[in-house]
This record gives sequence, structure tokens and C-alpha cells, in this order.
Amino acid sequence: MALYSEKVMDHFRNPRNVGIIENADGIGEVGNARCGDIMKIYLKVDNDIITDIKFETFGCGSAIASSSMATELIKGKSVHEAMRLTNKAVVEALDGLPSHKVHCSVLAEEAIQAALKDYFTKKGLPFLTMPMTHRADCSCHEC
Amino acid sequence: MKIYADNAATTRVSDHALKAMMPYFQEQYGNPSSLYELGQKAQEALDDARGRMARLLNCQAREIIFTGGGSEANNQAILTAAKLGAKQGKKHIISTAFEHHAVLHPLEALKEEGFDITLLDVHEHGLVTAEEVAQAIRSDTCLVTIMFANNEIGTIQPIKEIGKVCKEKGVLFHTDAVQAVGHEPIDVQDMNIDMLSLSAHKFHGPKGVGALYVKRGIVIAPLIRGGAQEKNKRAGTENVPLIMGMAAAMEDACENMEENSVKIRQMRDYLIDEISQIPHSVLNGDRQQRLSGNVNFCFEGIEGEGLLLLLDDKGVCASSGSACTSGSLDPSHVLLSIGRPHEIAHGSLRLSICEDNTIEEMQAIVRAVKEVVEYLRSISPVWTDLKQGKQQHII
Repeated sequence: MALYSEKVMDHFRNPRNVGIIENADGIGEVGNARCGDIMKIYLKVDNDIITDIKFETFGCGSAIASSSMATELIKGKSVHEAMRLTNKAVVEALDGLPSHKVHCSVLAEEAIQAALKDYFTKKGLPFLTMPMTHRADCSCHEC
Repeated sequence: MKIYADNAATTRVSDHALKAMMPYFQEQYGNPSSLYELGQKAQEALDDARGRMARLLNCQAREIIFTGGGSEANNQAILTAAKLGAKQGKKHIISTAFEHHAVLHPLEALKEEGFDITLLDVHEHGLVTAEEVAQAIRSDTCLVTIMFANNEIGTIQPIKEIGKVCKEKGVLFHTDAVQAVGHEPIDVQDMNIDMLSLSAHKFHGPKGVGALYVKRGIVIAPLIRGGAQEKNKRAGTENVPLIMGMAAAMEDACENMEENSVKIRQMRDYLIDEISQIPHSVLNGDRQQRLSGNVNFCFEGIEGEGLLLLLDDKGVCASSGSACTSGSLDPSHVLLSIGRPHEIAHGSLRLSICEDNTIEEMQAIVRAVKEVVEYLRSISPVWTDLKQGKQQHII
């Protein structure tokens, strides 16, 4: 069996929403280059709806695919719906990830949360859902 | 189009090696330990293969043990030296930080048994010196094990000088020559090598077979017990077809070594010159003291796995020392050992070529690498930060 599902390879080869948003309403960056993954998410929000979303990722195939899928899952949704995005939803939408790559989906969830937090902070609103930093199903150094 | 540029991982079995194996599957299939003619023919074939391989290393036939590959040979050599050392109360072993795991992991296991392990620094260029080995040798040193050529960055160690030092100090010297046999001239007597590991599939032989050269007089410790094969040092019916394929491939590789290496080096130098032009890239390992077919680069701002997947889409088979390709979370210990920071080591690419490659293939590889590196940088936040001066370039 191949390392990655067709879905993962599709999102890796043809990532959706790659790029930068100038004057974004929220920006989140997680990970570090030392561990080999960094994700940066840019949000444009209008009336609590995520009207545009872009990402940049330094990382492996599944990190790029996870970022791409995560942005697809919340584009057009309200910020409140977006806050409920879990890494599990990203993994499921990608038709699964190898166990040592689940870390990438966690990073995608955290990047979205970080961007949302930035958005709420900029608006002077409280951010209640704190990003989780410990995952039973993640094997990275950080968790 | 498929361009195979991962010959350090494994090679294509040559026509000659394949042909040499074929009679031993269905015609000469006897067990070399059997007394009847069919068995004895197999025994003769083994003796013949052993003699031919011994000549190529400049040793005696009885100094060669056939094994199930290079990793087994490395394990057996280290265990042999450790057992001999322990008997004399000598429990210190010298090696280098960038050995193959088939050397490092047995050494780690010995550490738990009370051995003291010194791993020598290989410095920025991926080379140790004989002087450093000499300085590290103590009265309780029972083994020096240093690879002939590194599997990732291809650097060739001063084996003859190290052998001389070990001989003078009376310490056993083993070299993991898996990447070097068939590619670099080797003479175990001239180089004062006491033990040497080799693997057939690195020189167009079959997988799952290798050999350990052990100098006469050294008492070999068996890893596998349960039969009198290989003079009680390696139980199990000899894999006659694979051994015949290995001998044939080794002869070809050694006999054509000079001619092949001229051709391969030309292609390698082209790759190095062209890929060096990619901004913020760096060649890993000394440029001169390296295997003819090895090219290894780090590219700033990208990660190796994506690089390999996209190169595969373009038909190029290569490898990387990034954490993501190894299934672990740390990048290659080899790249860390030459001082590459983690973030740089993640973005590495190894191309290992052979005489079957062509200069047209090299041109296609260069085009593919340039495109893929540029693309991955275009979606990398690290690269954006570097471009905008928010981070300083390391390379």
C-alpha cells in the first residue's frame, strides 16, 4: 500500500488556498523549523464569516495536504464553526494519515486556532477555546 | 520516463549477476552440505565464488564468511571484537558519529553491557583523521570500527592510514565497506583491515546476501547457531544462487571500476555544479574525498519529503535525510554529525548514480530539482520570512 491516500496526494500535489492575504484579519503560525513543520494561516473575515483563507507550509507531504484540507473545511464557514475544527476531521477528510503523520493534522488544527485567536484578539473579543497541546494520538516532540 | 538515482539505497541486478544465479535455482539446486554429486557441485560453486571474491579483496578464501547482507556482517564483526575484548578485560570501542545504524545500534547495545563507546567527530566535511583515531585509542580499546565510505554523504575515510595506526597499536580494525566495495579500490592487506563488511545489492548483485572478511587468526563469534555451515560461524544452508550472483556482480564492479568511475564522476560533477547554482543550497560532505556516484545537498526553506514526492512525480527516484522520510522525528544523524542545524538537515536530497545513468538523465534531474525546490519555497512560510529579511539565511 502506498504511504498516502489518493486524497492526501491530491491535496499535496494541488494544494488549495496556497498563498498570503495582505491585511489579513487573523494570522496564525505554529510549529518550528527545527521539527520540520511550520504552518501559517491567513484569514479574511466578514460578518463572522471566513470569506477567504490562505496558507503557507514548510513541511512534508502530509503537512501540506493537512493545511490544504483544513483551509477547505472552514472556508465560507463562520468563525464559531471554524473553532470546532478538529485534527480528527482533517484526518477523516483526507481518508486517513499514517500514524506517524497524525502530528501534521494536529498542527493544522492548531494553526487554524491560532489564526482565529489572532482575529478575536484584534477585535478585542475573548477567545475561549484554547488550543490543545497534548494529543494521545500524536507522537511529536511537542505533544 | 523513470530515472533511477538512488543507487546507494539499492542497485538494479546486472544481467551477468542474474545469469550467474539462474542455474542454482532449478538445475544445480543441491544443498552444499550433501554428499551426492548434486550437493558437491553446489559446494564447488560456493568455493569458487569465495575464491573469486577473496582475490578481489586480496585475502584468502577461508577468510570470507557469507552472510545475509551488510547489516548482519556488521553485527557479527562488532560482536566478534566485543567478545574477544571482554575476555581480555578490554571494553572500549572507537567509532564515528555518522556510522550506519547497523554499526551504531550494536554499539549502543554493547554500551548497556558495560562497554565504553567513543564516537569520533567527523567535522564539517564528514571526515575523520588517523591522528584522531590514534589519540582516542586507549590500553583497553578492543575495536576501531569506521566506515569506508558514508552511505548518505559519500565521504571516503582515510582507511589505509587508520589501518596503519590500528596495526601499530595492536587494536582490531573493522570497516563497514558496504558503500565502497565495487566502487573504490580495496586491498585488505595493504590497508591493514582486520574485518570488512560488504553487501551484494550495492554493486548490482542481489539483495539479502553479503560477506564478512575476517583476518585469519581472529576467532569469529557466530550470530546464528545450529549448523556447521561456514565453519560453524554462520549456521543455515548457504544461499547458493544469491552468493553466485554476488560473486559475479563483484567481479564486474571491480574489473570495470576505473572505467565506470570516470563516467560516473563526470555525471556527479555535473550534478554538483548545476545544483550548487540553486541559491541557499549547500553540498554535504567533502567534494574531493567522496564516492564517484554520491551527490547530497541541503536546500534552505524546504522539507525533504515533499521534494522526494514531487521528484517521483517527475520520474526521479532519490532519497532524503529528512525526518519525515525516515519515519522518525529527527533528521539524519549523518547531517547533524557534520553540523547541519535541524532546520537545514530536514531539507536534504541525496542522488546516487551509477554507470547505467546518462548525462541526459542528469540534465533532466537538474531541471526537476530546480523546479521542485522553487515551487516548495514558493509555498513555504520559512522562505517568505527569509526573503523578507525576518530571518537570517543559514546557508
